[in-house]
Amino acid sequence: MKAPLLSLNEISQQLARREISSRDVVQQCLDRIESTNTRVNAYVHLRADAAIETAKSVDERRAAGEKLAPLAGIPIGIKDVLCCTEMPTTCGSKILENYRSPFDSSIVSSLKRDGAIILGKTNLDEFAMGGSTETSIFGPSRNPWAYDRTCGGSSGGSAAVVAAGYSPGAIGTDTGGSIRQPAAFCGVCGLKPTYGRVSRYGLVAYGSSLDQAGPFGSTVADIALLLQSIAGHDSRDSTSLNIAVPDFVEPLNAKAQGMTIGVIREHLDGKGLDPEIHSALLAAIDVYKSLGVRIVDVSLPHTKYSISTYYIIAPCEASSNLSRFDGAHYGYRAPKQTADKSSDASASALVQMYSDSRSQGFGAEVRRRIMLGTYALSSGYYNKYYLKALQVRRMIRQDYDNAFETVDALLGPTTPTPAFRLGEKVNDPVQMYLEDLFTVGANLAGIPAMSIPIGTSSESKLPLGMQLQSAPLTEAKLITLGHAYQKAVGFPPTLPTASDL
Amino acid sequence: MTMTESSVPYRVVIGLEVHVQLKTQTKLFCRCSTQFGSAPNTQVCPVCLGLPGALPVLNRRAVELAIRAGIALHSEIAPFTKWDRKNYFYPDLPKGYQTSQFDLPICGGGYLEIQSDTPAVSGADANAGKKRIRLVRAHLEEDAGKSMHDEHAGRADTRIDLNRAGTPLLEIVSEPDLSSAAEAKEYLSEMRLLMVYLGISDGNMQEGSLRADANVNLHYQREGGVAATPIVEIKNLNSFRAVERAIQYEVSRQHRQFMTDGKVIGQAPKQTRGWNDDTGETELQREKEESADYRYFPCPDLVPVIVSAEQVDAARSSALFTPEHARDQLVQVHAIKDSDAEILVQHGRSTVEYCLALISYGAPPRRAIAWMLQDVLRYLNDKAVDATAFPIPAESLAQLLVAIENGKLDTSRGKEAFAKLLDSPSLGVNAAIESLGIVQVDANEIETLCSQLLKDNPDVIDKVKAGNSKAVAALVGQAKKINRNADPRLVQETCLRLIQQM
Repeated sequence: MKAPLLSLNEISQQLARREISSRDVVQQCLDRIESTNTRVNAYVHLRADAAIETAKSVDERRAAGEKLAPLAGIPIGIKDVLCCTEMPTTCGSKILENYRSPFDSSIVSSLKRDGAIILGKTNLDEFAMGGSTETSIFGPSRNPWAYDRTCGGSSGGSAAVVAAGYSPGAIGTDTGGSIRQPAAFCGVCGLKPTYGRVSRYGLVAYGSSLDQAGPFGSTVADIALLLQSIAGHDSRDSTSLNIAVPDFVEPLNAKAQGMTIGVIREHLDGKGLDPEIHSALLAAIDVYKSLGVRIVDVSLPHTKYSISTYYIIAPCEASSNLSRFDGAHYGYRAPKQTADKSSDASASALVQMYSDSRSQGFGAEVRRRIMLGTYALSSGYYNKYYLKALQVRRMIRQDYDNAFETVDALLGPTTPTPAFRLGEKVNDPVQMYLEDLFTVGANLAGIPAMSIPIGTSSESKLPLGMQLQSAPLTEAKLITLGHAYQKAVGFPPTLPTASDL
Repeated sequence: MTMTESSVPYRVVIGLEVHVQLKTQTKLFCRCSTQFGSAPNTQVCPVCLGLPGALPVLNRRAVELAIRAGIALHSEIAPFTKWDRKNYFYPDLPKGYQTSQFDLPICGGGYLEIQSDTPAVSGADANAGKKRIRLVRAHLEEDAGKSMHDEHAGRADTRIDLNRAGTPLLEIVSEPDLSSAAEAKEYLSEMRLLMVYLGISDGNMQEGSLRADANVNLHYQREGGVAATPIVEIKNLNSFRAVERAIQYEVSRQHRQFMTDGKVIGQAPKQTRGWNDDTGETELQREKEESADYRYFPCPDLVPVIVSAEQVDAARSSALFTPEHARDQLVQVHAIKDSDAEILVQHGRSTVEYCLALISYGAPPRRAIAWMLQDVLRYLNDKAVDATAFPIPAESLAQLLVAIENGKLDTSRGKEAFAKLLDSPSLGVNAAIESLGIVQVDANEIETLCSQLLKDNPDVIDKVKAGNSKAVAALVGQAKKINRNADPRLVQETCLRLIQQM
C-alpha cells in the first residue's frame, strides 16, 4: 500500500511551516513522473531541471522570511493549450509541433506571480477537441486508475497528473466539459469557472464563446486556492469580466445548512445513466440532506437540445479560430508538391500549400469539426444552423436562470458512465459527443460547474463523479457545497489503484 | 447623363467603396503603432500577427472617429454595433479572417454633396451645381498586411509586411449615384477633403490612407426598359487620376463589349478587374458566378459596441468645420468669390481658419482673401507647410490689412511690412511699419507736394484737361522720389482735384 497523497493545501501548509521544502515536493513529483509517466503519458513537456531551480529559489525566499502566496513553491501542470514561453505550445497538434509562444498566457503569469512552479505541459485532445485525450500527437494518456481506460478529455492530462500525484494541482480548459469529465474519470475535483472569470489571453482558442480555463485539485479546498490565483479581470481579454475577485477560501468555512440544491431530473432520470453513478448520486443527496441542505427537484426542459446546440456553435467558432494555422506564418508547412502529385492540378501553389499543410497538420477530429463549422456558417445554412443554435442557446440559459431563482446549485452526474476503454469511442464521433451530455449546458449558459468524486464503481473500481452547477459568478457556493460534502464523507485523496502506482 | 458613342446612347452608373484609414496612434485591436514607412514587420505584436492565444481589444478612438465621420456624412449612428469575422485565406491576413462589421455597421445611410452639372439621381438639391451622392453605409474594419510580389530570375517570390495589418479603416459605400468618371473623382476628392478637415484621416493618397474600389456598369435605354451591362468591380484605385482614368477606360471597354456581345447582367459573371496604371487598362482578376462566401459571423472575442446619444452629441462639435462649412463662411457670410474661396478650401482647413481669423480681427474680407491668395499661400506653398505654421499671427496681419485699408500705408509699403513681419513675426505691426520708416503723410503735405509737381509739369495739366486723366500717373513716381511714404492713390486724387480747381 502506497502512502496517501498530500493535498495541495496540506503541502502548502507544510511548506509554510517549513516542514518540507519546495525542492522536496518537486523532486517527489518528478520521481513519480519518472516511474510511470511513460505509461500514463500525462506530461508531454517537462521542465524538470528548471523546476528544481525555481523550487530552490522559492525555498530561499521562504528561508529569508519573505511572505509568500499559498501556491508558492508548488508544482503545477498546465494543459498544452495555454501559452508558456518556457515550453512548446503544441495543442497536441502536428500543425504546432515545434511552436513556441513568445508570451505567457495570463494564467501562467498569475501562477508565476504567486510563486507556483510551472512543472510541465499536460496532454490533451488535439486543440481540446475530444473527450478521451486520444487525438493528441503525443498519443493517448491513460487513466491512472486503469491503464486500459481513458482519463477523459480534452484536459485528460491535467486530470491524470493530479490523480497520479505528478503535481498537486493542474490547469485545464473546458469548452463542453473538458475539465469536469476527465476530473470525474480520474477521481479528482475540477472546476469550470463562470465564463469571463478567468482570462482567456494566451489560451489557444477552440470555441471562444465557450472556452474557460479552470483548476484541477484533489480536493475542493485545493480548487479554491488555485482559482484564487488565476481568477480576475484582464484588460487583454475583452470578454473578461471586470468584477472584483471574491475570497474563494473563505466559503470553505461557510455552512451548507440552509442552502438549496436542485436535482436535475433530466440528468438523473436519463436512460443512459450508469446505475452505479445513479446510486452514488442518491447517496450524495442523502449526505446533503444530513447536512441540512434542502433538496428540490428541478427541470431543465431544453437540456435535450444542448448537445446539438453545442456541436453547431463550437465547430463554427473553431472553423474560424483555426484558420490562422495555415502554414504561411508559423507552424507546420507541407513540403512542396510536384505537379503530378498535386491533388488538384488547377489550384494555385498557394492554395495547394494551404490545403496540404492543413490536411497534413490537423488530425481527423479537428478536420471534422472545421468542416462541420465551415458548412454551418456557409451562406444558406447560417440561419438554419448557427442562428438557430444561438436561439436555442438563449433558451438553455433561460432554463438555468429560472432554476437559480429558487436553488443555490444544481446537482447531477458529470458523465453518463465511468471511464470507458481506450479506443472504444475514438472511431464513433457521435458516441464520443454524447459524453458531453451533462456538461455542455454550463458552457452554453456560461455558468460555473464543478465535478467532485463520489466514490468508485464496485467491480472495476473506477471513479464516479458528481456535477454541481451554480449561477454566474457564484463559484463560492460550489466551493461551500463541494467542501461540505468532502468534509462529511471524510474524503481522503488517495493514489489510484492502477498496478504500479 | 446620356452619352453618345457610336450613336448608341447609354448612362454610366458608378458606385464607390472608399477605404479611409483612420488617424489613430495605434491599431484597431492592439497597441501597435500605425506609423507609415517603418521597416517591414517592425510594428507588430502577437495580436496583429494572429499568434495562437492572442486576443483583440478595441481601440475606442477609432469608434469616435467613425462617429465623427458618420455625423459629417449625415448618417444614422447605430446605437448598437458589433464585430463580425470575414473569413478567407490570404498570406497578408494572418488570422485567416478580417474583423469587420457585417449586418450592423456603425453608420447607416447619409450622403455627400459634390459639385456637378449633372442632375442628381434622387434627393432634393438645395443649390444649383450640387449633387447629392447617397451612401449605403460606413463600417469599421481592420486592414490587411501588404504582399510584395517580387518576380525575378523566373521565380515568383512574395514577401509579407504586416505593419499595416490591423490598421483601422472606415469603409464608406456609396449608392450607384455617380454618373461619370469626373464625378467619381470629384466625390473621392470631396470625401478626402472632408476626412482631412475633421481630422478623421490624414488623407495621404501616396501612403494609401484613402483607397477606392469602383463598381461600374452601363445602362442602355431599350424598348421596354433598361439593358444593364454586367457590373465590374475595379479594385484598389489609390489616386484621383487612377479613379478617373480607370473608369473612363472601363466605360469604353464595356461599351465595346456590349456592342460586340450584347450581354446584360446575369448573362455574364460579375468581374473583378485591376487597374494597370502603366498600360492604362483594367485587367481581369477574377470572374465569379456568385459572390464569395466569407462565412460572416459575430466575433466571439469582442463585445458589442454601445453608442449612447450623449456620445453622438458630444461628437457633433468635432464634426462642425467641414469643407461645406468653410465655403459657407467664406462665400455666404463674407461674400468672397466662389472660385477664390474654393482655392482656400482646397488648400486646407487651417488656411481657411487663418483667413477667417483675419476677418474676425477686422480685416476687410476682400482684402483678406487677396492677401491670402497671393502672399500667404505663396509662403505656405514655398515652405510646404500648413497655415498653423505661418509665422505671422492672424491678429498682426489683420492689423496690417486694416492699416492699408485706412490709408495709413499703401499696398506696396504694406508688402514691405509683410516681409518684415515674416522675418521677425514677434515685432508687431506698428514696430514693423516704423522700422521701415513708414509714417503716414499728412494730407496738407501731399497737397503742397502735388502743387509743386503740377507746377513743374504743366504738360500733365494739359493732358488731363484734354480728357486724359490717366496722365497724372506720371507724377506718382516723382512724388515717391521726394517722399517715399506718399500714397500713390492719394497723390493721383489730389493732383486731379487741383487740376479741376485750376
